[in-house]
Amino acid sequence: MNILLVLEESGGKIKGVSWEALAAAQRLGPRESITAVVIGAQTETLAAQAAARPVGKVIRVEHPLLAQYTADGFAYALETLLQNQNGTKYVVFPHTYQVRDYAPALACRMSQVLIGDVVGIEEGPRFVRQLMQGRLTGSYRPSGDGPCFVSVQAGAFRPDETAAGSNSSAGRAPASITIFTPTIDAAQIRTRPGDPFRASEQTADLGSAQRIVSVGRGIKEAQNLSLVQELATALGAELAASRPICDNGWLPMERQVGSSGQTVAPKLYLAVGISGAIQHLVGMKGSQCIVAINKDPDAPIFEVADYGIVGDLFEVVPALTEAVKAAKQ
Amino acid sequence: MKIVVAIKQVPDRDAQVRIAANGKWIDEADLQWAMNEPDAYALEEALLLKEKNSGEVIVVSAGPERVGSTIREALAKGADRAIHILCDDLNGQDALGVARLLAAAVKPENPDLVLSGLQSEDVGLGQTGVIVAELLGLPHATMILHVEKTDSGLKVKRELEEGWFQTIELPTPAVLTMQSGGNKLRYATLMGIKRAKTKELRTLSAAELGVEVAPTVVLAQIAAPKKQRSTQMMPGTAKEAAIALVEKLKTEAHVL
Repeated sequence: MNILLVLEESGGKIKGVSWEALAAAQRLGPRESITAVVIGAQTETLAAQAAARPVGKVIRVEHPLLAQYTADGFAYALETLLQNQNGTKYVVFPHTYQVRDYAPALACRMSQVLIGDVVGIEEGPRFVRQLMQGRLTGSYRPSGDGPCFVSVQAGAFRPDETAAGSNSSAGRAPASITIFTPTIDAAQIRTRPGDPFRASEQTADLGSAQRIVSVGRGIKEAQNLSLVQELATALGAELAASRPICDNGWLPMERQVGSSGQTVAPKLYLAVGISGAIQHLVGMKGSQCIVAINKDPDAPIFEVADYGIVGDLFEVVPALTEAVKAAKQ
Repeated sequence: MKIVVAIKQVPDRDAQVRIAANGKWIDEADLQWAMNEPDAYALEEALLLKEKNSGEVIVVSAGPERVGSTIREALAKGADRAIHILCDDLNGQDALGVARLLAAAVKPENPDLVLSGLQSEDVGLGQTGVIVAELLGLPHATMILHVEKTDSGLKVKRELEEGWFQTIELPTPAVLTMQSGGNKLRYATLMGIKRAKTKELRTLSAAELGVEVAPTVVLAQIAAPKKQRSTQMMPGTAKEAAIALVEKLKTEAHVL
């Protein structure tokens, strides 16, 4: 039984979430069965980073046309690699934007379906992922013979589960590294990607804030934002939001917390009227103390909250602002 | 420009969802339904493209009879016609099965562009658009906020992680999955609602589309999520709860 673990790179380094995917792969099979895959035009240093980890082998999938990510290039490269690797049982990815862009197409070419956004692995194995914006979870069972494609949500499997097993600390030599050169033709790559850019200068630095008051759909109208702004001011906190608030243009995008915005870990994170879809939770669940105010007692935000108030935010937030001010006197 | 928009009907965001007796899906009795929000953004982008470049907007949606109300909403907002793929067991399908149905309905239309939301708000697989592209042999791009027609095809703005973006150029025909927030959603006008009633709505079954699907991935069981932290709930009136919370934050959590 073989497991292919597809690592993702950013700025010349393997992304941390890739090691979380390794932690998930370790639940599916022993170290020797795990083959780490790095993809690009020059993968030597990436491969060395992977070889230090507790994996059986490392494969460098290398081609000049893989210098910049394209869905066509990556899907084609991995498709040819998989055709070359008999007996692959699982293909494990970190659940990143890039993986979401090409892994479903790759799985489809093998007549398979990616089980994406996995947050847990149960006996069987069954792969657990969220449903209904985090209100429920579903466990998925692969059927059929082909390789099972799985992508792992950030924050679900702890990467430090693997650090203790690094090859050098365990007295093992680094894993062996081989090169695989897919035959890709430039004509197979149909999209022309440009270089990444930022929309504007970032002025809000949520990452270094000690306290954050974050607001979601429950606020209903832009004009009601002053309520949470007053609470944030009383607490000496930065104001942040979940995606829909920024989508509506009520707060600038740079104040968005979540997978498409910033990842924060303040001492206090106070979520007002945020239901807690996984895209939001991955951006804030590392906070030291989480408080949630929501009208729905079943809102998934309460799963990660230390303290909660179930109630109408239009009553609770002004009362809280008063209580904070009173406590400071 | 001929544009097909794939839309999904999902439980309304504020609806109380309960697990069905068999533990394999939600209890659909008395649920309110709505258009999947990312799909609404895809529809809006299609309508904007049509207003700018002229052409036709066709919506396609798979699901049981109730889906008709969401299709009418799309027609009322300005789509020209619609295809309803009648399918009573959509939840029993995996992403490949749903994409096969959609691709079979889209293919004979030969559109220049196929749009969908980046993911659904119910099962959130986030794959359907990409697989439709694969099945139709078309290039794709995901998490798109803005679409511009060029002489050679399309120029799109793609969202990356942590506040970064990227421009991608690709030829048409193509498939794009749309991120929310790239445009402002319109409301249906009274005139639009009236007109929708006379617009073409074709119903097709899986058999008529020649699609036979058996899922490779099965949703075996659904459950309430496990709590990751134990939450202390503050009881009482808003004022009592607020005072109790501040006390806890000061003396227990030490964050004030």
